[in-house]
Amino acid sequence: MKPSPYSKKRNELLSSFPSFIWLVILFVIPIGVIFAIAFKAADPYGGIGEEWTLSTIKELFNPIYPVIFWRTIYLSLISTFIAILLALPVGYYIARTGKRMREIFLVLVIVPFWTNFLIRIIAWKVLLHPDGFIKKILVTLSLADPNSILLYRPETVLIVLVYSHLPFAILPIYAAAEKFDFSLIEAARDLGASRFQAFRKVFLPGISSGIVAAFIVVLIPSLGSYVIPELVGGASVEMIGSKIAQRSFVDRNLPHASALSALLMLAVFIPLLFAALWQRKAALTGKFK
Amino acid sequence: MDFLIFENISKSYGSNKVIDNLSIAVKKGEIFSLLGPSGCGKTTLLRIAAGFEEPDAGRVILDGQDITNLPPNKRKLNTVFQNYALFPHLSVKDNIAFGLKVSGFGKGKINDEVERYLDLIQMTDHASKKPAKLSGGQKQRVAIARALINKPDVLLLDEPLAALDLKLRQRMLVDLDWMHDEVGITFLYVTHDQSEAMSISDTIAVMNKGRIEQKGTSVEVYEAPRTSFVAAFIGDTNFFDGEVKSIDGDYCLLSVESFPDIRVYNDKAVKPGGKVYLSIRPEKIGISHNKPSEEKINLLKGKVEEIIYLGSHTKYWISVNGFRISVIAVHSTFMLDIKEISFNDEVYIYWSLDSCYMLEQYKEEDEALLTLPDDEILDQETV
Repeated sequence: MKPSPYSKKRNELLSSFPSFIWLVILFVIPIGVIFAIAFKAADPYGGIGEEWTLSTIKELFNPIYPVIFWRTIYLSLISTFIAILLALPVGYYIARTGKRMREIFLVLVIVPFWTNFLIRIIAWKVLLHPDGFIKKILVTLSLADPNSILLYRPETVLIVLVYSHLPFAILPIYAAAEKFDFSLIEAARDLGASRFQAFRKVFLPGISSGIVAAFIVVLIPSLGSYVIPELVGGASVEMIGSKIAQRSFVDRNLPHASALSALLMLAVFIPLLFAALWQRKAALTGKFK
Repeated sequence: MDFLIFENISKSYGSNKVIDNLSIAVKKGEIFSLLGPSGCGKTTLLRIAAGFEEPDAGRVILDGQDITNLPPNKRKLNTVFQNYALFPHLSVKDNIAFGLKVSGFGKGKINDEVERYLDLIQMTDHASKKPAKLSGGQKQRVAIARALINKPDVLLLDEPLAALDLKLRQRMLVDLDWMHDEVGITFLYVTHDQSEAMSISDTIAVMNKGRIEQKGTSVEVYEAPRTSFVAAFIGDTNFFDGEVKSIDGDYCLLSVESFPDIRVYNDKAVKPGGKVYLSIRPEKIGISHNKPSEEKINLLKGKVEEIIYLGSHTKYWISVNGFRISVIAVHSTFMLDIKEISFNDEVYIYWSLDSCYMLEQYKEEDEALLTLPDDEILDQETV
């Protein structure tokens, strides 16, 4: 018997029901809780006050925040941009190489994840330490002053952000490049395009879905990063993640931390919304056909 | 004038020699076909011309200039790819404009030219569509326009009709021929389809195992095949081998297989005692119940083993002393009025002394090309 459209629709709803419940319980409700707590006051023992209040929100206008927010956004955007820029040739190369080498390269991209994230960041701290390996090389090559400090600078945070998020940029770009029809590059070259023109006018539009995905999966963890600025940025290069951690662990002020989180969430949500709209528009114009 | 010249080209992939010291020249303005089975190196040769592959040895010369080491974008050659390779993110119009855009032409000039070529391929109404929305034939025409708009010295076509169905293929073949006359550009056409090559080409080069077996007009390669490969790959044929008994003016008398002696035009100037290989096309052999009255023919007697009636003609397999000969009788009369030749009949088969052709080179493996499955014969019939 042929299923009626109604029963088909019912089947779809039924089968998506468990994941829907999962999302509501573990995602929608907690987010709602965080937004709600932002409208409470902290009690002196680190708990959450009874009363509804706007005082926590008002504290967000503290003059230290604009600087930190701005730093969070520009460091995240620049690190995302650099990560994608680095991931493009890597993804292109992995997709074009032979099957065997491709598997080796993919493992190499993933291998860093086998080491704990915290250890890897602390390793950077060791490398960049005033007596560390990198510092010594730079001084030997007289590229750095012996008295200069490599740690606790925005550039350092940027480098480590790019380092830790690069695999997240490479993987979606590789996935898109792997599906890309490379005979199109030949066609472009045949029609008179230089290597760079073929890359820009044919390859980049061809893997745009991968670039959008890479942008999202790198930007979001960058915006929320806390360990990296904390360890290699220190007090002089704080990001909003560091502040949220301070408010909850040091000040024991959960409402304030929640308010900051809510604000960050909005900052994450807006680019996501744009990306989704852009992708939808592209899908409607047949770009991903 | 020789316009595009391949000079002693060799190319190997690992230990596999794809092109073996090959030299050919394409004349300006002609349609030159590279015809051969898959894996014969014809596509590799085209890719060497386009600049996608580098030959291990040899030179490619275009209009007197050595282009062997030029990158693809610096060659005045454009390719129509087998799978079309249209840019999926660009409209028909932007696909066609691509070459002019990357060459930095002005907007006005680009628009005028694109209009002209859209008109040439009759796609003006579809200018803003994306390739995904086009039919196979339309994609094909866009691919051709996209290449032609750059006014290449030579247009390279890599099996351009292979992805189309039969009817469309015939139409596109006519269109291609018409476009060739319209733009006057030299075409280098790669195909494995002999009927396609014969119908469109000024010159055909038959390729096998990385070498040119024979180069000539369609009629030359069909009527006077140099090797057993050419004879068997283009159309169908019968092979005999024999020994020269005596020379009789322009003709020689041969003892062939277990047949009575036959006479053949001696264009190869063979001497008595020499071994010769012959090819004769099935349609050049007559078949009849009655002994034919003509003089100057070779006559054999045999038994009908198989009959395939195909409307315009009938294909017979005749066994002559255990040797199977394929015969095609083309029908120019009303068949119902004629006494039919049927299975197991004793028949005479005969051919003119000039119809048999001596091969320069014979390889036994080429006989495998002759045993065509039935449906393939039927396919050819509809062409």
